[in-house]
Amino acid sequence: MMVLCGLSVGVALVPLAFILFFVITRGISALDWSFFTQTPKPHGETGGGMANAMLGTIIISGLGALFAVPIGILAGIFVAEHTRSRLASVVRFSADTLNGVPSIIIGLFVYALVVVPMKQFTALSGGIALGVMMIPIITRTTEELLRLVPMSLREGALALGATHGRAVFTVVLPAALPGILTGVMLALARIAGETAPLLFTAFNNHYWSTSLLQPIATLTVQVYTYATSPYDDLHRQAWAGALVLVTLVLTCSILARFATRRLERMQAGH
Amino acid sequence: MARPRTSAGDVLFQGGTGLFALVIVIITAGIAFVLWGRSALTIAKFGFGFWGTDRWDPVSGDFGARTFIWGTLYSSILALAISTPLALGIAIFLSELCPHRLRQPLAFLTELLAAIPSIVYGLWGIFVLVPAIRAVEQALPDWIRATPLFSGPAVGVGMMSAAVVLAVMIVPFSSAVAREVLKAVPAAQREGAYALGATRWEATKIALYYTRVGIVGAVMLGLGRALGETMAVTMVIGNTPQVSASLLAPQYTMAAVIANEFAEATSSLHISALVEIGLVLFTVTLVVNAASRLLIWRMTRQPHERSIVAPLVPEEKSA
Repeated sequence: MMVLCGLSVGVALVPLAFILFFVITRGISALDWSFFTQTPKPHGETGGGMANAMLGTIIISGLGALFAVPIGILAGIFVAEHTRSRLASVVRFSADTLNGVPSIIIGLFVYALVVVPMKQFTALSGGIALGVMMIPIITRTTEELLRLVPMSLREGALALGATHGRAVFTVVLPAALPGILTGVMLALARIAGETAPLLFTAFNNHYWSTSLLQPIATLTVQVYTYATSPYDDLHRQAWAGALVLVTLVLTCSILARFATRRLERMQAGH
Repeated sequence: MARPRTSAGDVLFQGGTGLFALVIVIITAGIAFVLWGRSALTIAKFGFGFWGTDRWDPVSGDFGARTFIWGTLYSSILALAISTPLALGIAIFLSELCPHRLRQPLAFLTELLAAIPSIVYGLWGIFVLVPAIRAVEQALPDWIRATPLFSGPAVGVGMMSAAVVLAVMIVPFSSAVAREVLKAVPAAQREGAYALGATRWEATKIALYYTRVGIVGAVMLGLGRALGETMAVTMVIGNTPQVSASLLAPQYTMAAVIANEFAEATSSLHISALVEIGLVLFTVTLVVNAASRLLIWRMTRQPHERSIVAPLVPEEKSA
């Protein structure tokens, strides 16, 4: 029985090894300088790159963070500092529900709310969709970390005459900030790899575009389009795009996890 | 006792942060509201018959979503069947049987599976998994191919590929939660088992029995994830609206049809039909996830320790 359990770990890790192996080998052979500097060529022609898609991913992820970080942190502060109020329970339930909503549904939601009134696929709507997905993660991380800050810190600030808000923003929040930033990094790593909500919000763009009010290319949607196209050269570029994406996402995730471990060890040492 | 004075700053703090917290509630309720509103056309036109027919014809405006429910349920249940034993095995191994030094790296590696974007799973699925499964399907002996479970042409894309990809994707989620739940078993349970002479495996079985509610919750969490998975599934399932028990047959899921057809849907009836599918997907994942969280929460909160003196102390009768 014990052997079977050990085997199941092996069986689960085999696909991981397979995926990383293929992404790295097929992706590296397709990576060259033009991949990072050129925009896509017309379908059927060889060559071209994903420069606009990489820029698009950075822009949209940044937009998402801009939208989600204030809302997430402030909501997390509310839930942590007013834990017993009814609104806090409702907010917790909503955040957990929002976390579990399939990403394609969030795309539908942002389509109806942002794309239809603007009559245009925009990078802005893509950023909002990704931001909506980040909010529950950041809220929950902020709440958990604020709860971990010892009560004595809060009480000390209150005893010195601070209002509740000032105590939180000047004493409690800075104590929890490294962990919160790690949570933001984890959320960014997760949404940088999302495709479905962008399919009908940011759509796609074959040209170099930095405008927030135009459709924009993203690494994920571009990889999807190329993978499902009938051209071998585009398939090659899709593997390269996947390699860049996996490197980006895994680096962020691994860094965030190491930071979390270090924080846990620091806190355990107190 | 006099009520403490609340300063304007406190009211501002509570109101300000409360407002942002309210935004989350509004967004979640807003999703349900928007989905309900935008599917009004097909709800009015087809009613519940929408879910009973197979015909999906955007050109003539005749929509029936039974094939998508079938595809979603079949692929998710198959994925659960494959992934649950694996996830449980991983959870048991990592929490009970693993040598201490290997625990962190192995747990880290299984979490890495969860960090890989679903589009990369789809890419690997199309170019690596599907040809492999096609080879396996074509190598099946004729008498197996005659059974309804394996009938039809062996094209590679189909239910089997989708189930395998989904299973690989949900293993890390189920196993992480199962590990958390197994960690919540009080040491007294295991020590009691060992004191009675149990072997390692028998003590593990006792721990599993104790946490059975939480394990069900972990499995349901995997189910919720599988139901909503879009990109990896749409790239390997073949995208054909048909109800078929065959593992070899290309089929279609709810999330996949929305992803494929929404950007090009022109008639409002088509859009409304897709949004109605989205509404049902939203509702089903909401229920499954809420149920799983309830089960897990029941398991991981601290069990009430009944005081030994409780029966001896008379209860305070409230006036």
